[in-house]
Amino acid sequence: MSKTVMEHADASEVFNRDEPYVNWHDETLWFVRQKRDKSSKQLPEWEQLREAASGIKHYVLSHMDELLVSFEQKAKENGVQVHWAANAAEHNEIVLGLLKKHKIDRMVKSKSMLTEECHMNEFLQKNGIEVIDTDLGERIVQLRNEPPSHIVLPAIHLKKKDIGDLFHAHLGTEAGATDPQYLTEAARQHLRDKFLTRRAALTGVNFAIAETGGFVVSTNEGNADMGAHLADIHIACMGFEKIIPKQEHLGVFLRLLARSATGQPITTYSSHFKKPRAGQEMHIIIVDNGRSTQLGRKDFRNSLKCIRCGACMNTCPVYRRSGGHSYHNAVAGPIGSILAPNLDMTKNADLPFASTLCGSCSNVCPVKIDIHDQLYKWRQVLAKEGYVPKSKEIGIRAMSTVLAAPRFYQWSGRLGRTVMRAMPFMVNNGLNPWYKQRDMPEPPKESFRDWYVRNRKN
Amino acid sequence: MSSRDKILSQIKQNKPEEVALPQVTRFVSHFESTEDKFREMLALIYTEVIVVKNLEELAQKAGELYKGVVNRATTIPALSAWADFSLNVSDPHELETVEIAILQAEFGVAENGAVWISDQYLPHRVLPFITQNLAFVIPRNALVNNMHEAYVRLQDTQGWGCFIAGPSKTADIEQSLVIGAHGARSMVIFLLEGE
Repeated sequence: MSKTVMEHADASEVFNRDEPYVNWHDETLWFVRQKRDKSSKQLPEWEQLREAASGIKHYVLSHMDELLVSFEQKAKENGVQVHWAANAAEHNEIVLGLLKKHKIDRMVKSKSMLTEECHMNEFLQKNGIEVIDTDLGERIVQLRNEPPSHIVLPAIHLKKKDIGDLFHAHLGTEAGATDPQYLTEAARQHLRDKFLTRRAALTGVNFAIAETGGFVVSTNEGNADMGAHLADIHIACMGFEKIIPKQEHLGVFLRLLARSATGQPITTYSSHFKKPRAGQEMHIIIVDNGRSTQLGRKDFRNSLKCIRCGACMNTCPVYRRSGGHSYHNAVAGPIGSILAPNLDMTKNADLPFASTLCGSCSNVCPVKIDIHDQLYKWRQVLAKEGYVPKSKEIGIRAMSTVLAAPRFYQWSGRLGRTVMRAMPFMVNNGLNPWYKQRDMPEPPKESFRDWYVRNRKN
Repeated sequence: MSSRDKILSQIKQNKPEEVALPQVTRFVSHFESTEDKFREMLALIYTEVIVVKNLEELAQKAGELYKGVVNRATTIPALSAWADFSLNVSDPHELETVEIAILQAEFGVAENGAVWISDQYLPHRVLPFITQNLAFVIPRNALVNNMHEAYVRLQDTQGWGCFIAGPSKTADIEQSLVIGAHGARSMVIFLLEGE
């Protein structure tokens, strides 16, 4: 599925070649961010809710092992089978094993970013299992042979014409049709057939409750429930950080989740699974895949509080103008950029630099993760451990030489201003990375320092 | 060592210093009228609310509203004459042709228009999803203000239960809202006056 991996900056450059498209992408996501603002402002207790959610998640981080053991015990008492996977490969093998045991070679799947992280679909396909993604956005990107570009809005990077063409080719809709109602209806019919004929359904988990052994799955489309309630076997996959202590804590999280994600007061369906229905098998796979390592990183463990609402992406000026695919990670945007280096520092060293550090992500995060601080701290770690690319290192070193010598700094500033005035072509060219998709500013006549020295004398 | 023990021991080793649960995790919502708020939220999510005085009126309204619709199912004994589709099937796949299901549900939540339904009220979990159109009947006084109150009321969940807020929807094609993704295409809530 993954194509040649480009660094974030290079991929963004490609993304930015089509200016009207980038503007559209930017505005679409900003619109979602505004819906979140409107919705959150209707709750006077919004900030207290965030504080409570962050506090509960902090408790979770510090009691993770006990909560997981309690969850496992209760789930087993409820007749659910619990599996543990140390890494992606083990997770994928468990899923394959369960399907093989039941002689099943076709499965429906609702949204699960964890299975994206584990590259499960590719693995199962290689082993002769067909997986159909049933969330409309996910089905769209699956038919395009692409990963989702956003954790909540998987096909947000596509225009309706792209989807019309895709459905014409795969689902036999009329050529040139772009009406969302018509296209959605076609997908409904196509996927209803899958729900009715597949014996296995895989879902993600939004929250797992230690106290009851139950888990909650939220969707707007109803695809998780359609799959799970018709299948003989339901497999639910969760990163271990999805655990919450008590059922009543869902009150806090369900009030925050959809409002932060899309501005809805709650998703259409918040499905509470506890026991399999008569004759059905229910399995839960609890996955580590680097999370226990992240838990040990003092500066970065808070990233495990994430409830996957996507608010940090919708607000991020870099995400909005570079698109989810440029992050080359299952989870894109600011939160993805602090999760990804934990998984692989070599592959993901570029991501913490894909930020302006403006802090908007931290401001909208419903569980108050210090996202922009962590982006900054990852840069330190990556530089110290030698993962920063040479070009960036040279730039940073030159910068520190200039900034460390006041006279040299003054001289360079003056030189820069003169050059920009006298020979603008020296900076307004493709060799200057700041000139890409931007116009250079008018150079000021003098620096603040010169102005200050001159005016202080008066 | 099993993966389970390996994961748990690494967590034990790496987890941060113990902190307590926050003291306040429940909040009060103040609405002038809980029912008005409930109706207001449902209007926003394309759901019609109909107050009925008693079961006779419910049956009459159901007849009017779904006139000419075939494959009508219900869990409400007073509507058994109205229904023409028996839920007494062993395989939930047989429900695929249900056009309208009118189902008893437990209570509603004013802040978001969600209604709680669970195994206790359903012969088949898939029914509220597989039916083309959905209606719930809840007692008019069974409304809570917000989700905190909802979970106080819901001391424990059944084997399975769900908050359902409006018909199924998606906005995955250029953020255009479309009603009727995989689940119900329409939703009606009957508020039944006390008996």
